Amino acid sequence: MTVATQGDLSTLTSKELHQLIVNKDISVMELVELFLNRIKQYDPQLNAYITVVQDKARAQAIEVDNKIRSGELNHPLAGVPYALKDLFCTKGILTSCGSKMLSNFISPYDATVYDKLNQAGAVLLGKVNMDEFAMGSSNENSYYGAVANPWDLSRIPGGSSGGSAAAVAAGLAAYSLGSDTGGSVRQPASYCGISSIKPTYGRISRYGMTAYASSLDQCGPMARSAEDMALILQTISGFDVRDSTSANVPVPDYSATLNEPLTGLRIGIPKEFFADGLDADVAKVINEAVEQFKRLGATVKEVSLPNSHLSVAAYYVIAPAEASANLSRFDGVRFGHSCDAPTNLQDLYERSRWEGFGDEVKRRIVIGTYALSSGYYDAYYLKAQKIRRLIKNDFVAAFNDVDVLMGPVTPTTAFKIGEKSDDPIAMYLGDIYTLPISLAGVPAVSIPVGFSDNLPVGLQIIGDYFNEAKLLNVAHSYQQVTDWHRQSPSQFTGA
Amino acid sequence: MAISKAEVVKVAHLARLAIPEDRLEGYTHTISDILDLVAQMNAVNTDDVLPLLNPLDATQLLRADAVTETNLRELYQSVAPRVEDGLYLVPKVIE
Repeated sequence: MTVATQGDLSTLTSKELHQLIVNKDISVMELVELFLNRIKQYDPQLNAYITVVQDKARAQAIEVDNKIRSGELNHPLAGVPYALKDLFCTKGILTSCGSKMLSNFISPYDATVYDKLNQAGAVLLGKVNMDEFAMGSSNENSYYGAVANPWDLSRIPGGSSGGSAAAVAAGLAAYSLGSDTGGSVRQPASYCGISSIKPTYGRISRYGMTAYASSLDQCGPMARSAEDMALILQTISGFDVRDSTSANVPVPDYSATLNEPLTGLRIGIPKEFFADGLDADVAKVINEAVEQFKRLGATVKEVSLPNSHLSVAAYYVIAPAEASANLSRFDGVRFGHSCDAPTNLQDLYERSRWEGFGDEVKRRIVIGTYALSSGYYDAYYLKAQKIRRLIKNDFVAAFNDVDVLMGPVTPTTAFKIGEKSDDPIAMYLGDIYTLPISLAGVPAVSIPVGFSDNLPVGLQIIGDYFNEAKLLNVAHSYQQVTDWHRQSPSQFTGA
Repeated sequence: MAISKAEVVKVAHLARLAIPEDRLEGYTHTISDILDLVAQMNAVNTDDVLPLLNPLDATQLLRADAVTETNLRELYQSVAPRVEDGLYLVPKVIE
């Protein structure tokens, strides 16, 4: 077999790229150079990368090439180049969280997921753009500027893992890790036509993943196929003594069950996800995808998540409240931005924080501080936690009757850059289908299932706690009989 | 408005954020809008509902009380804005 053109290689899955390496069709170094060249050529149009670590990537490529040749390394992700959302700590590399606050922060330690990928021989290309501290749905809230959607450069890629989604969609990385607090891997994956999974809360260690809202945050792989997600999830999942919220639950072999037949699979369609507000063309694409699952042997019935409409309200109390506590660590003293010539300690705190944080982050800190303050705690934070219980109970009841739930990821396709940037409420309401899943803590995948006006549409498949294997099986089965996940934006294909 | 300018100033101070006077109006307006949205929760009776603190209803894990980490003060202080003799420098607090 001859090595295909650069453009062709950049659209291959991680599994296919690893196979080319194993077959000696291409070396890890050649593959890394290919991606570095593509980043140089195409990223100026996208702004997906905040930092490209070319020297480290080349050094790692030499090491991995040697280890694969000597038989020391045979991990299925060995040699495959990837990108990390810029909130995963990487020793010696800028970890900015998309914020001015951390624009000078060289992490002194590694996140557990980065450590695990290093051991697997995966090659880091760089750190990718994001909404500041993962707060946003469009990637417009980044100190490093907005990111363009590879399918239409005038549109947002989604957020907060917008750089991750754009980089994978445009072939500037084979896969990426994002983080999902209220939809931040599923929504950008949907807008950019790639696959993603938000695992069960606690499935993946968050050690070294900068905290936004600790009862919600979870790391999520973003890739070209369900098969790739199975490999990535396998590599990074599991209990970690350094993350007391990581779950001590065995990690199954996700690849082993990918091909199980879907005969008899019971799919639930939450009627609330198809109510007013869902774009008619998006609904049509989603319904066609559900029909495809019927042809694969699944049965479909309508179910109800009667409290899901309360998700936006509950989320915008819980997430800001937890964020206000997590972000209190930024004091201008120990790390991060520090204001010039402070007159006293209070001035140092208040000015460093005002100058270092962007507007959306500051809004959420104020909301969260208010919700936690004396006299308001019961009315806001406690109330939201009670609503959260109701939302969780809806899912528990639904999974008594069905194996998975299916619906849209977002009400519309990607919107224009600037369209909602002055209207936070409009932006928040766009997360209506992803927030209930985050609040319940259940896993969900987002896979591309078609287009509306040449923009990708994503299907959300939701599973019961720790049933990621089923979700990957369902997504993979669909991807075996369709090719939406193999489509790439034409502007970025070719050498 | 769900929240007054004076309350925003007070809360911002609790959060150690110095909102400049010319930005106060805008912040108060947006935060009020968000609180109006959040008020949807009040339509639901939750008297008998237990709050959900952790989606898995998990309790805080404890580890053995043993030393597992070494002192990495110099490494961690390498990213600090102002350090001297192993100490973080801040403006004078006591005259």
